[in-house]
Amino acid sequence: MSFQVIVFYSFAAWLIFAALMVISSKHSVKAALFLVLAFASASGIWMLLEAEFLAVSLIVVYVGAVMVLLLFVVMMLDVDYAALRQGFVKKLPLALIIALGFFAILYSFITHGDFSGEAYASPAPKPEDYSNIKELGRVLYTDYVLAFEIAAVILLVAIIAAIALTFRGRRSRKAQVISKQLAANKKNRLKVLKMDAVKTAPKSESNEEAEE
Amino acid sequence: MTESEFMFSDLMVWAETAFWILLKIVAILIPLILAVAYTTYAERKIIGYMQLRLGPNRVGPKGWLQPIADTVKLIMKEIVVPRGASKTLFVMAPILFIGPSFAAWAVVPFDAGVVLADVNAGLLYILAMTSIGVYGVIIAGWASNSKYAFLGAMRSAAQIVSYELAMGFALVGVLMCSQSMNLGEIVLSQSGGIFQWFWIPLFPLLVVYWISGVAETNRAPFDMAEGESEIVAGFHVEYGGMAFSLFFLAEYANMILISFLTALLFFGGWLSPFEGYGMLDEMTAWIPGTIWLLIKASIFLFGLLWIRATFPRFRYDQIMRLGWKVFIPVTLVWLPVVAIWIKSNVWPFN
Repeated sequence: MSFQVIVFYSFAAWLIFAALMVISSKHSVKAALFLVLAFASASGIWMLLEAEFLAVSLIVVYVGAVMVLLLFVVMMLDVDYAALRQGFVKKLPLALIIALGFFAILYSFITHGDFSGEAYASPAPKPEDYSNIKELGRVLYTDYVLAFEIAAVILLVAIIAAIALTFRGRRSRKAQVISKQLAANKKNRLKVLKMDAVKTAPKSESNEEAEE
Repeated sequence: MTESEFMFSDLMVWAETAFWILLKIVAILIPLILAVAYTTYAERKIIGYMQLRLGPNRVGPKGWLQPIADTVKLIMKEIVVPRGASKTLFVMAPILFIGPSFAAWAVVPFDAGVVLADVNAGLLYILAMTSIGVYGVIIAGWASNSKYAFLGAMRSAAQIVSYELAMGFALVGVLMCSQSMNLGEIVLSQSGGIFQWFWIPLFPLLVVYWISGVAETNRAPFDMAEGESEIVAGFHVEYGGMAFSLFFLAEYANMILISFLTALLFFGGWLSPFEGYGMLDEMTAWIPGTIWLLIKASIFLFGLLWIRATFPRFRYDQIMRLGWKVFIPVTLVWLPVVAIWIKSNVWPFN
């Protein structure tokens, strides 16, 4: 048993544990945090495949940004957990059938056909100076440039759609006009007045001391 | 050789490797923690002098032992877990905050080849580590079961995610100039004296990176997450004693990290500024690279303290505007400029 195998199985065990906890944990915030753990262990497994760019981008993109925003939303939710768990037993048979169906489909894909172990033999280790960042960039902008651009356009459409869905027209509300704020300066905001004292200060010992 | 003997010798090799790695980690972390302790002292002294005060001067000669006294005080204090707090997460949050901020140091080179992990995707790794740090903040805010802490966590999450984009784009510029993500190679590609460093071609990105770095570390004037005047102490309001000091330690370790990274990415890291300048180069040849790196990093660290003493806190919407509407467009414009600059083979890319 080599070191890699031990690392693989420990990451795999963490991944399965975290994935199970995502669906079984009682609190949605904890579920979201277990999803983070699942992403982190998946990235560890990718690292073993020498896909260091993909592994670290999984952390940067999913753990660092997507899950933060998801957590953002989940924390603000006021979920009635008791109501959520109602009817668990009644729906269990249907859920089991769907789960078994998915398992059968996945199993047949992984064992036979294009995604089976024979079709995907374990890749030979790359030389030390091999940079899969360069390779990925080269392939993305040459061979797969069309697919890449189409994906970018779809993302752009999704952004516009998200804005269009949440935009409810101009609201009459008070808002800061940034250009006016930036244009403000000392000359037109501040006025220094000089005026004579109206009343003379009362004579006292402490005042005299201060004058000395 | 039997099977069991083979396993044993394998185990010995692993143990030896693990021992050396652990030793290197200790060799990085102990100076780092000391640096953090004395950064807090330097901060109080420097800001004190800037505000015409003396700063700490009671414990030890000129207050030199103040950080030690503070540490002892923090260790002795009780950690109070608020009622209704999520206990596991409350304890985990400081660990999740300090872990990544220490882990990021793994890829920082201190001299040619003096680095714990010489990995190809070093730059990306640093970005990943700084982005994981936000979990400590969010979890601390949520697990505390306190409104102030929660508000602080929300602010901080929004701020870190926004500024990370600008920071990432600034790093893309560095990546384009150096053709590498390995921090050591990035430094080496800047060799050839002060005018070959990336601060000239990447000046707008340097400014964006530096200010985003200040924002990422939640330092004044971007300390919305802590905003004492508005939300008491923000996300760590419920923490005391060692739990609080872990947050504190991580924040200062991040500050030092940002200073080191600015020196490494834009100011030639451990390289001497006089490289290839005849007389000057010979006269300063005896100075080891690590010293140059420390000098450069100290300048930026001083800058962080200086900024804190100078600027008042930004308003929240101003921070968001600066991140999204100023920094990201600036980086997006400068990246094509740099691309054309590199491809047109003019100074300094010839």
